Amino acid sequence: MSEKIGNVWIFIEQEGGVIADVSLELVCKGRELAKRLGVKAEAVLLGDNVGKCVDTLYHYGCDTVFLAEDKRLEPFTVLPYAKVLIDLIKEHKPNILLFGATLKGRELGPRVASEKLAGLTADCTDLQIDDFDDKVNKQFYKNKLMQIRPAFGGNIIATIVNTWDDPQMVTVREGVMKMDEPDKTRKGTLVKVTPKLSNDDVIVKVIERVREEKEVNLKGAQVIVAGGYGVGSKENFKLIYALAEALGGEVGASRAAVDAGWIDHDHQVGQTGVTVRPKLYIACGISGSIQHRAGMDDSKKIIAINTDPDAPIFSVAHYGIVGELNDVIPKMIKAYKAKV
Amino acid sequence: MSYTVIVFVKQVPDTQNITGDAMKPDGTVNRSALPAIFNPEDLNALELALQLKDRYGAKVVVGTMGPPNAAEVLRSSLYRGADECVLLTDRSFAGADTLATSYALSCCANKIGKFDLILCGRQAIDGDTAQVGPQLAEKLKIPQICYIEEVIKLDKKKVVAKRAIEGGYEILESPLPALMTVIDSNVPRPQAARKIMKYKNARTRSELAKDHANANYTDAEQLAVEEDALKQKGLLIYEWSAEDVGADKGRTGLAGSPTKVKNIMSVVLTATDTKKIEPSEEGIKNLVHELIDDHTLG
Repeated sequence: MSEKIGNVWIFIEQEGGVIADVSLELVCKGRELAKRLGVKAEAVLLGDNVGKCVDTLYHYGCDTVFLAEDKRLEPFTVLPYAKVLIDLIKEHKPNILLFGATLKGRELGPRVASEKLAGLTADCTDLQIDDFDDKVNKQFYKNKLMQIRPAFGGNIIATIVNTWDDPQMVTVREGVMKMDEPDKTRKGTLVKVTPKLSNDDVIVKVIERVREEKEVNLKGAQVIVAGGYGVGSKENFKLIYALAEALGGEVGASRAAVDAGWIDHDHQVGQTGVTVRPKLYIACGISGSIQHRAGMDDSKKIIAINTDPDAPIFSVAHYGIVGELNDVIPKMIKAYKAKV
Repeated sequence: MSYTVIVFVKQVPDTQNITGDAMKPDGTVNRSALPAIFNPEDLNALELALQLKDRYGAKVVVGTMGPPNAAEVLRSSLYRGADECVLLTDRSFAGADTLATSYALSCCANKIGKFDLILCGRQAIDGDTAQVGPQLAEKLKIPQICYIEEVIKLDKKKVVAKRAIEGGYEILESPLPALMTVIDSNVPRPQAARKIMKYKNARTRSELAKDHANANYTDAEQLAVEEDALKQKGLLIYEWSAEDVGADKGRTGLAGSPTKVKNIMSVVLTATDTKKIEPSEEGIKNLVHELIDDHTLG
C-alpha cells in the first residue's frame, strides 16, 4: 500500500499552437485531483513548434510539461501520437490520464488504452477520488478515480472504476469542468522528449486538410438564446437571432431544430452538441429532452418560453413564460432596449 | 480483384425513444421494455460497404457480437445486400466493456480470414463511447481512420477517404488492411423485397436447432446435416463461440473488462423553483429589469 502512486496526466490538444479549451479545463481538474492524491499534475504536449504553449500550461496549474516535438506530429494523426504516448506511459507510469472527449481525444484515447490494456471511460461529466469496495469480487481499492458519465441516451448516470493497472484513463466532455483563472507567477518543469517514431507509425498520410474556425462560440457566451422545434420554421429563427443580437448573446439550438434543417449543427446544445453554462440561457420553443437539458442545466439563470405549460424544460427553468414566441420575444427586446 | 470488407454491427436498445416503463423503480434500465434496433451508425457503415461492393466489387461480411437474437440485425444486413454473416455469441462474452469487446471482435476478424477493410459505425447509441472501433484496429495492429464521410478511392494497396475533423474535413490515405469508423453521412438503403424473399429463411445453428426442437432433429449429427444443407443454399448465418474463434476467456466478458460499474443512478429532474412570468408587457418588463439589476444582463 505504501507504493508511490503515479502522477495525474493531461493530454494537451492543440491546433496550430493554440491549446484547446477542454485541455485547459482538464489541467484545472487534473490539478485538483493531483492535490487530493498528493501527486503532481503533468501535461503531455505533442506537435511541432508548440513550445510557446508550455508557459500557459504552467499558469493553469501544471507542475511538469512533457514536450514532444517532431514534424511528423503535425498535423495530428493517431498512430504517431499513440506511439509517443505509449512510450511515455511505459516510462513514467502515470496514475491517471485525462483526454478531452473531442474527435481527436476519442480516437486517440481508445488506441492507447487498447495497447496498454487499460480501462477507458468515455465522455465523463464528473471525476472524483474515492475508495471502491468491490463486493462482488471481494476487492478493496483505495483512492480510485470515480469516472462519472451519462449513459443510455442520458437516462442514467453511471460511476465507473478502472480496476486494472494504471493509468486510469478517461475522456471528458468539453465545457463541463471549470476553467480557473491562470496564475502567471506559476512555474513548472519542462521535460523534452525525443519521439521514437518508425515508418510504420506514419503510414497514414494527410492529403488535404480544410478547417475553419467556428463562427459560433457557444462555450464562451455569457448569454445564449436557443431555439427548438417550437420555433416552427427557418424563417421564424430570425426572431431568435434578433433577441440574441439585442442581448449581445449567441444563438443556440436543440437537436430537433438542427435536424429540421433550420440551423447549423455548430449551434447545437446538448448531449450530441456543446455543453454550455452561460449566465443566462433563454430556451425558446424547446421542450427540454433529457439530452438537451444535459447540455445546459448548469446555466446560472434559465428562462423557458413555451406554449406547452407541461414541457419538461420548465422543470429546470428559473423563469417560466407560457406564451407564443412571436408575442413574447418582441416584448423582451422592447423592454431591454428601453432600459439600457 | 475483389475486396473483402467486414462490417461489425450491434443490436442496441432504442435509447432515443425511451418511454416511461423503460426505467425500473430502482433506477436500472428495463431492457426488455425497449425495442431492439440496428444501431443507426452501423447502418451507415453497412451502406458504405455496399457502395464499395457496387463500385469495386467486394464480398461484404457482416459480424456482430451479442445474444442469439442479435441474428435479427444480421438477417437485416442480408436483406440489404450483405453476402455473409457471423454471429459471435457465447455466455463468456457477457458483461464485456469496450476492451473485452474489441478483443473478441479481433478474434472474430482473424477467424474470418484475409480482409481489406473493416467498417464500424462510429458509436452505438446505448453507450456512445466510440471506443470499440479504434480498440479493434489496435488489437489487429492495423491503421484506423475515424469519422469517415465517404471513400474517395480504393485500390489494391490503399484507401483514400474523407473524414470529419473539428471544424472541417481531412482527406487521408491509408494502406490496406485498415479499419474505418463511419458517421451519419449517407442514406442507408432499405431492405430489398427480393432479398427478403431470398434470405428470410437464413438461420444460425441455434435457430436451426430451435426450429427443429419439435421434430426429433435434436441430435448433433442431424443438425450438422441440416446446417450443411443451409450452407449450400447460402442461407447459413455462421455462429461462433469463444472457442470457435480461439478467444482466451480470461480476456472476454466481465473477466476481460478493466472497467467496473460502481453504481448507477437514474436521472431525476431536479425541481427548480420556477418563477412564473406572465407574457404581458408588464410581466416581461419586470423580468428584464430583474435580470439587469442582478447583473445577469447588462
